[in-house]
Amino acid sequence: MNITEKILAEASGKKSVIPGEVVEAKVDKVMANDITAPLAIEAFKQMGGEKVWSRERVIIIHDHLVPANEEKAAELHRTCREFAISQELPHFYDVGRGGVCHQVMMENHVKPSEVIVGGDSHTCTYGAIGAFSTGIGSTEVASVMLTGRLWFKVPRAVNIIVHGRLKPPVAPKDLILYTIGQFGADGATYMSIEFSGEAVHQMSISGRMTLCNMVVEMGGKNGVVEPDEKTASYLKERGLIPYRLTKNDAEASYDKTVEYDASSIEPMVALPYRVDNVKPVTEVEGTPIDQALIGSCTNGRLEDLRVAANVLRGRKVRKGVRALVIPASQEVYAAAMKEGLLETFVKAEALVCNPACGPCYGGHLGLLAAGESCAATVNRNFTGRMGSPKAKVYLASPATVAASAIRGMLTDPRTLEA
Amino acid sequence: MEFRGRVIKYGDDVNTDVIIPSRYLVHTDPRELAKYAMAGLDGEFNMKVKERPILVAGRNFGCGSSREQAPVSLKHAGVKCVVAESFARIFYRNSVNIGLPVLECPGVNSAVEDGDEVSVNLERGVVNNLTKKVGLNGLPAPGFLLEIMEKGLVEYVRAKKR
Repeated sequence: MNITEKILAEASGKKSVIPGEVVEAKVDKVMANDITAPLAIEAFKQMGGEKVWSRERVIIIHDHLVPANEEKAAELHRTCREFAISQELPHFYDVGRGGVCHQVMMENHVKPSEVIVGGDSHTCTYGAIGAFSTGIGSTEVASVMLTGRLWFKVPRAVNIIVHGRLKPPVAPKDLILYTIGQFGADGATYMSIEFSGEAVHQMSISGRMTLCNMVVEMGGKNGVVEPDEKTASYLKERGLIPYRLTKNDAEASYDKTVEYDASSIEPMVALPYRVDNVKPVTEVEGTPIDQALIGSCTNGRLEDLRVAANVLRGRKVRKGVRALVIPASQEVYAAAMKEGLLETFVKAEALVCNPACGPCYGGHLGLLAAGESCAATVNRNFTGRMGSPKAKVYLASPATVAASAIRGMLTDPRTLEA
Repeated sequence: MEFRGRVIKYGDDVNTDVIIPSRYLVHTDPRELAKYAMAGLDGEFNMKVKERPILVAGRNFGCGSSREQAPVSLKHAGVKCVVAESFARIFYRNSVNIGLPVLECPGVNSAVEDGDEVSVNLERGVVNNLTKKVGLNGLPAPGFLLEIMEKGLVEYVRAKKR
């Protein structure tokens, strides 16, 4: 069996499972945010729920509308806050205490081999350290809060082997955009997507998170990377111990295996209004932008901010363009402050915002007017995703977005002088 | 479960951001959400759905965000069931859980046109285009899912607790 099959078998008390089989598995943790938790709380009450199955295992994180931008948002937050208090949840991250839900989960809660479900489609991120995680909706969050169990269809699997090494500034974001371009928006629907090969083993946990985060954009159920020494040192550093690693069996099988050569991958851009509408940046260079956005669960980590700061240091965001930098969590924010990255952004005339989903979700903090364009490190560029349905969002890596902020147009980061 | 009615049809990759744009997610009342169903794609949806309550779509219907508000808005706007070439997985699960009947039916996009009258049998997974007099076999959901689809997960869990 492969990692995903082994985790699901273990969680459902079976010796083995096969793709297509429906299992009922024990869930280790369930997460919901300020958009999905309120409906889950309502459903929990309607189901006759009194106490959650495990206080330690239900995690609620405010991130989509942080801080509350209107009265209704404040009401959603109040619903979550009151529930967290009445249920005595030790892991409730209110405004100012956490950040983007997936980042907070990875910083404090996710361990390898766990089964984690979350009321957010990008919950698939946690496979970066060898967990099985996937997104669900609010009513299922409620039933997991009540029972600690959920049914899953064991997914068919794809193994994406990436040989060689990415050539900086080519980043994990470019690799996943390239992959989604190859597969298409539904090319891996219901499937488990494993990333392997030298390029992935060389990659930081942060980079692996970027890969796993976006598998849902090609229909994937979960993304996963086999844990290795990088995983072990990440867990040790974060104090996420004890833990148990699940590795592939020697005869692990996949429905499909795809091989890419990392050294041939270039900086990529996903053009509006589809995440699979991917082209090398060289083919769209010069497309004017009005806004540049660096942040989100895809690319708002310290490593991403370092890359962006290195590009922006000693330069300024082009006149007429506004640049937003949104650290993915309070922890990332504090670390970026300590390293002087925030000062670099301020000097470059970029606006540093508070940790949150921000305009990626289209809630607030920098939406677009009709006819405007934004280069962004986020994960979706659908019609109306970031404000006006007549605005355009171009998805790219932190290096590409930072370079584009300086020139005021989509820019190949390789063309900027060091 | 069997439904009969005229069809409102959309294409491939209809995502949840256009089914219910984020700016409306501050609402939790299903009737309020229903007003904005398909707001990002079709401003006349609420009017059309009154006459044409069967939604037919292409591949990957409901891709994108996990927002359950998407199927909730469709259901409360009056959609009786959704038949698509294929569904994105979270949307499919959400629809089952909130009691919006869904059927995956390869070939439906070419066999059915906007405004055609169809009948859909969820247990057998059969779609009949009564206008064009053609039948199609879809992929019926397993029994336990049909049961959840019929009453919604809230009721299903309550019934199990009793």
